[in-house]
Amino acid sequence: MRTLYHFHGGVHPPTHKSQSVQTPIAQAGLPTRLLVPLHQHVGNSAKPSVQVGERVLKGQIFGMPEGSVSSAVHAPTSGIISAIDMQVVAHPSGLPDLCVTLIPDGRDEWIKREPLDYRSVSPGDLRQLLRFAGVVGLGGAVFPSDLKLRGGKHKITTLVINGAECEPYITCDDMLMRERADEIVRGAEMMRYILAADEVLIGIEDNKPEAIAAMRAAVIANRLASMEIVPVPTIYPGGGAKQLIRVLTGIEVAAGVRSTDMGVQCFNVATAYSAYRAIAHGEPLISRIVTVTGNVQRPQNFEVLIGMPVHELVALAQPGSDTNGHIMGGPMMGVTLPSDRVTVTKATNCIIESSPALFPPPRQPLPCIRCTRCAEVCPAELQPQELYWFARARDFGKAQEYHLFDCIECGACSYVCPSSIPLVQYYRFAKSEIWANEREKEAANLARERHEYRELRIERDKQEKAEKLAQKEIAALAAKAAAPAAQPPAQTAPAQPAVGDPNAGDTAQQMINAAIARAKEQAAAVKAKNTEALTPQQQAEIAEIEARRAKLRAMSHPDAESPQE
Amino acid sequence: MTSYLLILISTVFVNNIVMVKILGLCPFMGVSKKLEAAISMGAATTFVLTLGSGASYLIHEYLLGPELEYLTTLSFIVVIAGIVQFTEMVVKKTSPVLYQVLGIYLPLITTNCAVLGIPLLNVQGHHNFMQSLFFGMGGAIGFSLVLVLFAGIRERLEGADVPGIFKGSAIAMITGGLMSLAFMGFSGLVK
Amino acid sequence: MLIALLVMSALALLLGAVLGFSAIKFRVEGNPLVDKIDAVLPQTQCGQCGYPGCKPYATAIAAGEADINCCPPGGEEGIRKLADLLGVEFKPFGADTAGPKPKSVAFIDESTCIGCTLCIQACPVDAIVGAAKQMHTIVAAECTGCELCVPPCPVDCISMAVIADNISTWKWQYPVFPLRAVPAASQTTANI
Repeated sequence: MRTLYHFHGGVHPPTHKSQSVQTPIAQAGLPTRLLVPLHQHVGNSAKPSVQVGERVLKGQIFGMPEGSVSSAVHAPTSGIISAIDMQVVAHPSGLPDLCVTLIPDGRDEWIKREPLDYRSVSPGDLRQLLRFAGVVGLGGAVFPSDLKLRGGKHKITTLVINGAECEPYITCDDMLMRERADEIVRGAEMMRYILAADEVLIGIEDNKPEAIAAMRAAVIANRLASMEIVPVPTIYPGGGAKQLIRVLTGIEVAAGVRSTDMGVQCFNVATAYSAYRAIAHGEPLISRIVTVTGNVQRPQNFEVLIGMPVHELVALAQPGSDTNGHIMGGPMMGVTLPSDRVTVTKATNCIIESSPALFPPPRQPLPCIRCTRCAEVCPAELQPQELYWFARARDFGKAQEYHLFDCIECGACSYVCPSSIPLVQYYRFAKSEIWANEREKEAANLARERHEYRELRIERDKQEKAEKLAQKEIAALAAKAAAPAAQPPAQTAPAQPAVGDPNAGDTAQQMINAAIARAKEQAAAVKAKNTEALTPQQQAEIAEIEARRAKLRAMSHPDAESPQE
Repeated sequence: MTSYLLILISTVFVNNIVMVKILGLCPFMGVSKKLEAAISMGAATTFVLTLGSGASYLIHEYLLGPELEYLTTLSFIVVIAGIVQFTEMVVKKTSPVLYQVLGIYLPLITTNCAVLGIPLLNVQGHHNFMQSLFFGMGGAIGFSLVLVLFAGIRERLEGADVPGIFKGSAIAMITGGLMSLAFMGFSGLVK
Repeated sequence: MLIALLVMSALALLLGAVLGFSAIKFRVEGNPLVDKIDAVLPQTQCGQCGYPGCKPYATAIAAGEADINCCPPGGEEGIRKLADLLGVEFKPFGADTAGPKPKSVAFIDESTCIGCTLCIQACPVDAIVGAAKQMHTIVAAECTGCELCVPPCPVDCISMAVIADNISTWKWQYPVFPLRAVPAASQTTANI
């Protein structure tokens, strides 16, 4: 028996899980229309690689990954692309984003799939394969898995597979483990191979005995000695990556430190499953398990194609007539969808149909009485009451000092608050304000740098012009001196040949020659000045500006330097 | 030794320069919006006050004497102004950030009635040199303490649901009044 | 009387000497305040404050020549930051100062553009690309929305396009709670 550790705080909300595990995972089938957002993962949006009107096959790439932090997006079925445009997506903002609309042709025709034996492929190639298979973290964070499998500077000793699924109502991982345990453990083994980890710990909350049994059987059947199923106590948010790592290994991932730096990496069970499908069957991530529950007649888990409209999905579970909203995710951390016309994405683990009876409107918040019950339950060991105060007063600097960005927005603090203050809303507000400020600062720095450079350039141009003018005068003087002595001294300026002067033709010729020479000289001077003939001071200034530029760039794009695979 | 300790306790708590003697209200209201600024202001005032008490004692005792008693206030103002100017230059050179935080309030220490009040109280109390120094330092520590406490409260007030008409200085005045009441509770602490 | 005068003069001389000496000893070059103010300004370089850029405005504020409420692109938030930095009271925008506008970028109607380069010369951050008698275009990512390129255009082909929120720049709102009518019986508790 493994010694388990505790994380700070946590709550025990009613789980509401039993209603959606009564029936096995059902296929949601083909909707009339699939709307696939190109930005379903953390990082850069995928770049569309198909044309409107093109026929695509199931599993064909829609969008290519762009930049180092990105992932591919695929056609969930075969059909015709009817549009690539901005559509409202499953995001709390209700704002549109670039989506590919696919009309299925009903044939569900696969692209050519290439099953692989992972042992014959190098970890680097496997990572590349996962990147192009669009495998991202399916626990909700949707971070590209290939990047997490890169390890980092430190050797990964422990791979944690997260089957805790602590949030109420959600059962998609539970059902996946019950029905497809074999694929999950094989996927976990592949991940272990890629990371070269020593052991794999699969943490499952002890309120899922069927899943634990199924997973144990799968581990034994696959004879995986380095893998262990660990039942963990049921406590919310025990399924948070940092919390699960703490419970299983005792390692506390400090603020601002990545778990990989401490030799641990964590993946969701569904991610392990889709990694297995991608490697062993050559199937990209085009579907996922979604729990449909709440105010529905038949709460159930469905295997849903990415891009299926929510209203078509929930219709399968027969929603109640008094449904007044759709929550994506759980009741603690989920977000209310802007409408039911949005579509399922890789991040959609659960759709809860809400009704006034299930989710009564929140009570009017009362003043904070500083009872610190939020601090007692905070799994990140923060001081939520202080953070609340600073977020409220818009004192973002102080909020950051109190480690606002270590908040995982689990909602435990709001859950216990006797004054029913929606604390997480304040933290989200503060975080997005800070990010916006950060963006503005970056833009201002860029503008300042460009403006300074422009000023410098104008100044330099002026100097050059002045120098040119001075040279012109020198040349003119020289021409005057070189002019034949025969010229009458009265003729002061050679530029004004007197009409009728016998020497006029001669002087004119000389003047033209001088002008040509001057022009040549000028051309040479201009060319040299801009690039080479800089004073050390100018060079120093340019070097300084360049250095500042490089620094700013490094600050704004920390990923830009890391080599792309 | 006990007498010095008593002077300290008495000036910091019982006869607090701001809360009981009601001196130095300008920086008390002005530099109490931010905790950092309040701490720096407290430090600068402590420096000026301690130095000022010492210097003014020497001037009163050795330069003026009983014949020129009537020049006390005038010469104290001059000396304190000189010390503040000196402090300002030192701070500007050594810590531009602190200089920036204190801003206009650094020269304003000159006109801070607490800074003039303490040397005058020293004269009234017939303190000797060491007593003057301790009296000045104690008064300044009391001032800093109150300033920092008040700044902490005011930072909190920023986020509080204050009724519209009480927002800003009004609620700060009320808070100051309540703090003053609390400090008066120290009277009788030292017999 | 004479003694009093002598004493005060001696005191003044002594202090003057000390201060004069320390003025030389603790001399500080430059004004670090300008850089701090400049860091708060939005760097649009738009000149709406009446100074030819953000740095000159910052210098003017530091010298006490300019007020803090002359920067429309910074918005009220910007004034608040300046007030905080300088330890002065917040001041709303003056009547003669245009209020803040939504963030926007310039847009060149490329079919109308005659390639005169006037806008290129006006742009303070080199965000317009083009050459004489060639079509010009805006580098949107680098445009600060200062509108300085709009007046010089002889064919009025530059317009300002407001930047719409998108998913990555969208912000969570400050939580607000509409007041709800409560039944009379529970009014006493709800009014706390």
